[in-house]
Amino acid sequence: MSLDTVKIETKDKFIELYQENKELIQNDSPDYINEIRNNAFEQFKNLGFPDKKSEKYKYTDLDKEFNNGYRTYLSPKNIKFQINDIFRCDVPELNTKVILLLNGWYYDRENLINELPNGAIVGSLQAAAKLYPEIFRKHFASYADVENEGMVALNTAFAQDGVFVFVPKGVIIEKPIQIINILMDEEEGLTQHRNLFVLEENSQASIVVCDHTLSTPNFLTNSVSEFYIGQNAHFDFSRMQNEHNGSKQVSHLYFQQERNSYVNANTISLHGGLIRNNVNVLLNGEGCENNTYGLYLTDKGQHIDNYVHMDHAFPNCTSNQLFKGVLDDFATGVFNGKVLVRKDAQKTQAFQANNNILLTDDNDMNTKPQLEIYADDVKCSHGATVGQLDEDALFYLRARGINKKESKLLLMYAFANDVIKTIQVPALKERIQDLVDKRLRGELSRCNSCQMHCC
Amino acid sequence: MLSIKNLHANIEGNEILTGVNLEVKAGEVHAIMGPNGSGKSTLASVLAGRELFEVTEGKVKYLGNDLLELSPEERASEGIFLGFQYPIEIPGVSMVNFMKTAVNEQRKHKGLEPLSSQDFLKLMREKKALVELDTALANRSVNEGFSGGEKKRNEIFQMAMLEPKLSILDETDSGLDIDALKIVANGVNKLKSSENATVVITHYQRLLEYIVPDYVHVLYNGKIIKSGNKELAIELEKKGYDWLKKEELAQ
Repeated sequence: MSLDTVKIETKDKFIELYQENKELIQNDSPDYINEIRNNAFEQFKNLGFPDKKSEKYKYTDLDKEFNNGYRTYLSPKNIKFQINDIFRCDVPELNTKVILLLNGWYYDRENLINELPNGAIVGSLQAAAKLYPEIFRKHFASYADVENEGMVALNTAFAQDGVFVFVPKGVIIEKPIQIINILMDEEEGLTQHRNLFVLEENSQASIVVCDHTLSTPNFLTNSVSEFYIGQNAHFDFSRMQNEHNGSKQVSHLYFQQERNSYVNANTISLHGGLIRNNVNVLLNGEGCENNTYGLYLTDKGQHIDNYVHMDHAFPNCTSNQLFKGVLDDFATGVFNGKVLVRKDAQKTQAFQANNNILLTDDNDMNTKPQLEIYADDVKCSHGATVGQLDEDALFYLRARGINKKESKLLLMYAFANDVIKTIQVPALKERIQDLVDKRLRGELSRCNSCQMHCC
Repeated sequence: MLSIKNLHANIEGNEILTGVNLEVKAGEVHAIMGPNGSGKSTLASVLAGRELFEVTEGKVKYLGNDLLELSPEERASEGIFLGFQYPIEIPGVSMVNFMKTAVNEQRKHKGLEPLSSQDFLKLMREKKALVELDTALANRSVNEGFSGGEKKRNEIFQMAMLEPKLSILDETDSGLDIDALKIVANGVNKLKSSENATVVITHYQRLLEYIVPDYVHVLYNGKIIKSGNKELAIELEKKGYDWLKKEELAQ
């Protein structure tokens, strides 16, 4: 006799979870946020998870990844640890005040909001939504695409906490603000945190984000970050992904840039079982510059998928995309980048490149750089390469007495350094150079002074 | 120092070297000349260990050992230096890092401690001066954006840094104007001693006015068809290679 099995769709599990826990999820949010939440939930019911028929998710099956029994953190779990015992970041030049998210929740429950003397605010998203309704009404869920993206709708329905950063008009925050996402638990978990960064006109800030796993169970993350970069504002964003191979994460970054603003965004993916990074940029005024860069080093069965959508909606903007990757063992990768130049966006300069080195015959890389141009006076280029290490260069190094392994490392390092050198915080750049070197050598890629066992 | 006997080598099934014989002793300068496609660069690459070429026959002894057994990096550490005809640009690898790694890898091979940063930089300064290499170039990525002449000068700079026993200079004169040629030749001559040997591969006799060879060999169709002293080079300059080709055919 066979058991009757009813296949429950992944989508339905989350619909049920939301409906059952609606009160708990909505409990700590103001009404206007819950309204957004309910709308997003309805959208999610329509959209569901992207399946492989979706061109954007052709090579990364999220439905499969989310169809598991991982527990969603509906309230902050009380995990006590001495942060100094396990985590100590000694990269100089960073703000000593580190913001910690533990499984998607703001860790410092005693100090949920920090108002700096210059008017800047750094704190918990949940707490800030109650305190600063004007800012939230204007910016929260204004840039992320809930209408078309099932994963973003899912996050918007469920997200309760995350990081909120507000930099008022004309304020310059000199030292980079460091945000650490820590995943740590005794059991498997799913986090869906939400971040909001608002830089008003003529302001300046720099954010460094590090993703780490501190315990062995598998983790799943579906995070959304929104960035509003006001007129003439200057924003530098660096992100280091260093989670263990049992972790899978989908992240969505939405940037809206106003006139003459500048954004430099780097994502360095050192480790992670499955990583899907979405970067969406809207250049919403003349004279913007956006640099979006990525470096990924993958091996074993890891999978990395970078998606970029660069929307040139106004004239005289410049965007640069450079994504580089080294794939080893049987790792797989995807790059899917699109530059959209709208009809009025004359004098656009947009460049996009994706270069890959495959170290074995078992690697698989799918790359798709795309340009869609409706203006007639623009300068755009795109291109992708998938290849091996340059044999001529390898021989040249060996002919000077450098052994084969070291020669390969030198070449891989040089390849990766094109992206690393775009990191604007010098001390962080040096540290990442060191981590990448270790990563390429197959050594544990964590900082010496830090006790975090990320991988 | 180097003894090549009946060396045959293929690339993708095409035989390029068809039986080369050559003896080089310490303190000597040999010039290898010959028309295009005669196998000069192949000989240089095979000696340096390029795996693209397959040695099908013959023996090469270097300092009493079987050279063909060694990897390119072992050959380099044992004192063989190939000056490339077309030096490779390696974006992202700085000259300093490249040379430091090379010098210290070779020292490690010899059981020596790595040079301190201070000693290394001092060595760089000395050798840069020897070949009049622009300091700005030494701070850039390997050969990246160097002019043809700068690349060749950089080869001699590397040779000076690594102090090889046997230098094989593949068309080091091509693409050089007369001033650059003099500087390169001057570098080679300054590095010359009774302990080391140089094999100069060239198209033209011009370089040999500055680097005076003890022996001149003509490579044609993958083997050495004539050897002589520096007078042979002068004769070749006047008469070209056709008379030798005919002589070879007649045999």
